[in-house]
Amino acid sequence: MAKRAAPEVNAGSMADIAFLLLIFFLVTTTIASDSGISRMLPPIKPPDEKPDIIKEKNIFQVIVNKQDQLLVENEVMELKNLKEAAIKFIDNGGGTGEDACDYCTGEKDPASSDNPSKAVISLQNDRETSYKMYISVQNELVAAYTELRNKTANKLYGKTFTEMEANSNDANYSGDKDKLKEQVDNIKKMYPQIISEAPAKKLN
Amino acid sequence: MSKFKKGGKKELPAISTASLPDIVFMLLFFFMVATVMRDDTLMIQNTLPQADQLEKLEKKDRIIFIYAGKPSANYKAQFGTEARIQLNDKFADVKDIKQYILAERAKKREELIPFLTTALKVDVETKMGLVGDIKQELREVDALKINYTTRKGDVQGNFKN
Repeated sequence: MAKRAAPEVNAGSMADIAFLLLIFFLVTTTIASDSGISRMLPPIKPPDEKPDIIKEKNIFQVIVNKQDQLLVENEVMELKNLKEAAIKFIDNGGGTGEDACDYCTGEKDPASSDNPSKAVISLQNDRETSYKMYISVQNELVAAYTELRNKTANKLYGKTFTEMEANSNDANYSGDKDKLKEQVDNIKKMYPQIISEAPAKKLN
Repeated sequence: MSKFKKGGKKELPAISTASLPDIVFMLLFFFMVATVMRDDTLMIQNTLPQADQLEKLEKKDRIIFIYAGKPSANYKAQFGTEARIQLNDKFADVKDIKQYILAERAKKREELIPFLTTALKVDVETKMGLVGDIKQELREVDALKINYTTRKGDVQGNFKN
């Protein structure tokens, strides 16, 4: 028997098949990765442990009631002013002696916070507070810290903190990563984010 | 006169489409690699709030999702209009969260466990009472790293309707 060449397979419909698959993946794709505000919850303390004693002047009290109104340090405040007030409180640097803060640019009001690592923001909300208000308040408070960190980083290292943090997470960053990490940690230590949240309860 | 032929009307050669499948395959592979399949069917309304101080949540394998919000139109008759929690594909109660977190944690590889983050995808209209309860449950199972998933935008946008 004569040897016959295998007939060539027609590949004309290959494009159609590929298109079909392509369209399927196009439709199901969600490229955008999630992003959001990251927080650490406080661990549960054993019941016999005494709470830390914090000086009244080192606490910045933010209360949100069930009508989503904001009470900051016993004064009603608009959301858009919250960031400014928080910055003023954190960066006050009114401490003396070992509590003194040499990098703070605030007013050094002795009745406000000693230094950023002592300053505690206490956030309290009602069970009826809406989630959007809560997130907005959280966002403004984080924004206050970010602004202070950016300002200090700019002064010390010539670039913003946001940029430095992005670089230190970037696998392709060409510079000295260890040094960058150290600088990021340094800034974080100068302005630690201390936001304490009391469990929601019924406020009047 | 000239050596060169002026050439009469020549037909344009047809463009070869032989490389079309290659191009399409290239695109196909890109999308196959970039695709993240939506793994949960939402049974609740889930409009996320806006914020601008965002951190990216990368590495999908380290995230546990918890959804909360009002049941969507199809489920209103059955589950009412009060905001509820959705875990995986079904509605759940606050007390189910611990079980869920422990089960999810057991599914992950051991070396990832310290890096697990719980992403809270909560609808804007939810009351903080529910969110507070979720947070309390998370604290009790020691799932302390959380992330409030938001959209990028200005906070003032949350209050415009």
